[in-house]
Amino acid sequence: MAKIIDQLKTLPQRLLTIMIFLLVWEIAVKAGLLYPSPVPPASSVLGALKDLAFESIFWEHTFVSMQRILSGYALAIIIAVPLGFAVGWSTTLERYLDPLLQTFRQIPLMALFPVFILFFGTGELPCILIIMLAAMWCILLSTISSVQNIDPFLVKTARSVGTSQWDMLRKVVLPSAVPSIFTGMRYAYTDILLVLIAVEMLGVNGGWGIIVSSHEHHGQSHTVMYAILISMAIVGVIVNYIFVALERRLCRWKETIEIT
Amino acid sequence: MDRILETESVTKTYRLGKIDVPVLHGIDLSVKQGEFAAIMGPSGSGKSTLLNIIGCLDRPTSGRVLIDCIDTSTLSDNELAVIRGRKIGFVFQTFNLVARLSAQRNVEMPMIYQDVPRNARVKRARELLTLFGLSDRMDHKPPEMSGGQRQRVALARALANDPALILADEPTGNLDSKTGKEILRILEDLNERGRTILIVTHDHEIAGKCDRIIRLKDGVIET
Amino acid sequence: MVVYTRIIAVALTVLLLIPIAQGHGAITESSPGESSPAGIIALLIIIAGIFLLSYKIKQLNTLPQRSLAVVIFLLAWELAVRAGLTYPAAIPVPSRVFQGVMDIVLLEKFWEHTMISLERVFLGYALAMIIAIPLGFAVGWFNTVERYLDPFLQTMRQIPQLALFPAFILFFGIGELPKILLIMLAAVWWILLSTISAVQSVDPFLVKTARSVGASQWDLLRKVVLPSAAPTIITGMRYASTEVILVLVAVELLGASKGLGILLNTPRYWEVLVFMTILGVTANYMLVLLERRLCRWKEEIEIG
Repeated sequence: MAKIIDQLKTLPQRLLTIMIFLLVWEIAVKAGLLYPSPVPPASSVLGALKDLAFESIFWEHTFVSMQRILSGYALAIIIAVPLGFAVGWSTTLERYLDPLLQTFRQIPLMALFPVFILFFGTGELPCILIIMLAAMWCILLSTISSVQNIDPFLVKTARSVGTSQWDMLRKVVLPSAVPSIFTGMRYAYTDILLVLIAVEMLGVNGGWGIIVSSHEHHGQSHTVMYAILISMAIVGVIVNYIFVALERRLCRWKETIEIT
Repeated sequence: MDRILETESVTKTYRLGKIDVPVLHGIDLSVKQGEFAAIMGPSGSGKSTLLNIIGCLDRPTSGRVLIDCIDTSTLSDNELAVIRGRKIGFVFQTFNLVARLSAQRNVEMPMIYQDVPRNARVKRARELLTLFGLSDRMDHKPPEMSGGQRQRVALARALANDPALILADEPTGNLDSKTGKEILRILEDLNERGRTILIVTHDHEIAGKCDRIIRLKDGVIET
Repeated sequence: MVVYTRIIAVALTVLLLIPIAQGHGAITESSPGESSPAGIIALLIIIAGIFLLSYKIKQLNTLPQRSLAVVIFLLAWELAVRAGLTYPAAIPVPSRVFQGVMDIVLLEKFWEHTMISLERVFLGYALAMIIAIPLGFAVGWFNTVERYLDPFLQTMRQIPQLALFPAFILFFGIGELPKILLIMLAAVWWILLSTISAVQSVDPFLVKTARSVGASQWDLLRKVVLPSAAPTIITGMRYASTEVILVLVAVELLGASKGLGILLNTPRYWEVLVFMTILGVTANYMLVLLERRLCRWKEEIEIG
């Protein structure tokens, strides 16, 4: 509890630049500095944001996007974490698999979208798979490097007390690798959102990307568009915060096995 | 007698997250030209912090440090760099030499920052290394040298710009006792030729050879 | 062991390249299936050359080993298509695709599109570096700047760059500018964050030593912080380039009249995909080489 209060104390300081940004935005628009660009003032965007929160359509689209993000994320984690452990732990596997993975990583993801539609139809599947791919590289690479960077001293000590391979993986490798795997997951979210918006803009049904790019209700739409941009940033900040909190928590788990 | 170093109620407080950790509470100290003084005290008593502040590597939270009668609290970071380069020579426990550079290049380093012309720089570095018995090690790199040799290179580097004050932070801490005595002898020799030396040490034998012992405990000087 | 791997790799590569040579015959004569002996011989000579060279050049020594998985993948793709496993999806065999890549790189039109895409990437990337590296140094070096700016940067980072595209079009029109700016934004975060963390993790020991011998702030930045931070910054740039390509393709698919993204909507889809991948692998490899080079620069100032 005291910790939360402490964090709240620094909140004004931390929010200062954001406040200044919003203020500059508001003043610039009101003073006509951005004329003739169609940028609404910050206050009306924030107003629109409030209205959005009570619109069921907005929540439907949000739900659709969230579902895609979560399915893609889950698939990516299921594939990338075990694969990352295998490649990071076995040097032989790494030697043979790494070039292939590095090559695959360079395939422009968005360019794969047409093939995915060709293969998996026009439903949710190609969309989820491409989000999975977007998340996968970050998680995979961070898992590999975190497994490879485990303190060799720690491994040696565990070996010297007769730890089995399985215990080693579970009680030594996992706790020390997990915090940086979470960092990878945190970064993956940015990639996921990028790809999500792209496929949604390119014409998958529903989702944030659609409402950002649609100009159905003219006049109003700019304000709504900016409001949605802000709502995405807010969700992103929350997701980021959750991951950071988890990372800290898991770091403590890591510290319990550290050797001094 | 000239006062080469004076501190006036120097305090230092570190911020660790949300907590303030006071390390030094009002240090008044003065060191005369040509003195050989030791700072002693248990771990965590603030010895190294004090040495860092005296050496202008760190600024005090409050109070003043005068080096050669110059008030360092009024100087900019770059002016402090000049003070460090010209008036102070540092010797560390861990030598802190650049691994990829030869002994000679390491000694040249402080002179490079003070824009000493190349020829003068090379001449001075070679003189200093010869003085410390390293004439056959000029082109060796630190990893190819013994601890005692490395510390002698570090001493030569500390003397490069002919500083009035030498600050040594446990210079013999990483050396065996025989090599440690060698380094101490060099320091004594330098002191006899008029150099002011301030040394942080745990070793009573070393402290015994000093003109004065400054005992530090919990951030204050014990009298 | 290594020798066996090498032999297997050679055999696989030859097997894979034979259809390419056949494809070559098919293009020139437009009679599918017929192989051209000249093509096969030329390819064999090239392969033999590469593998002979690999004994000579140290860096190429592990090439057969390193390319094994890629070769097996390509072979599996080839065989799967030939065996009809991918029916009814119209997927071409890789040998055909590689042949097609060789064809399209000879077309002037293709290079027009490629140059436009490369221009966008380079301009966006350059802008990102000009902004992110100095800003990253400032944020990483000065605690105060970090405390105030970090929450703002973290929030802005969470806005997906592509969602800004409509806003950018409103703001900057439909020309090149919104596209380049979007690519810049895609690159800027990785470069910025890696610069910040690189500057923050410069060995404090090294900084102390440099200061103790009288290095000024400027010397410190130029001779200590820059070399120590450079490899990590390049790593960030490497990650940024993946993001850049992603945004480039999306932007071009969403609304451009020229560019590699546009070519993806043509029958040359597979060729363009493979070409872009090759481009990506090459760019990545060059950055890796640069990273290694800069690591040596970093080691030169290490304390021992």
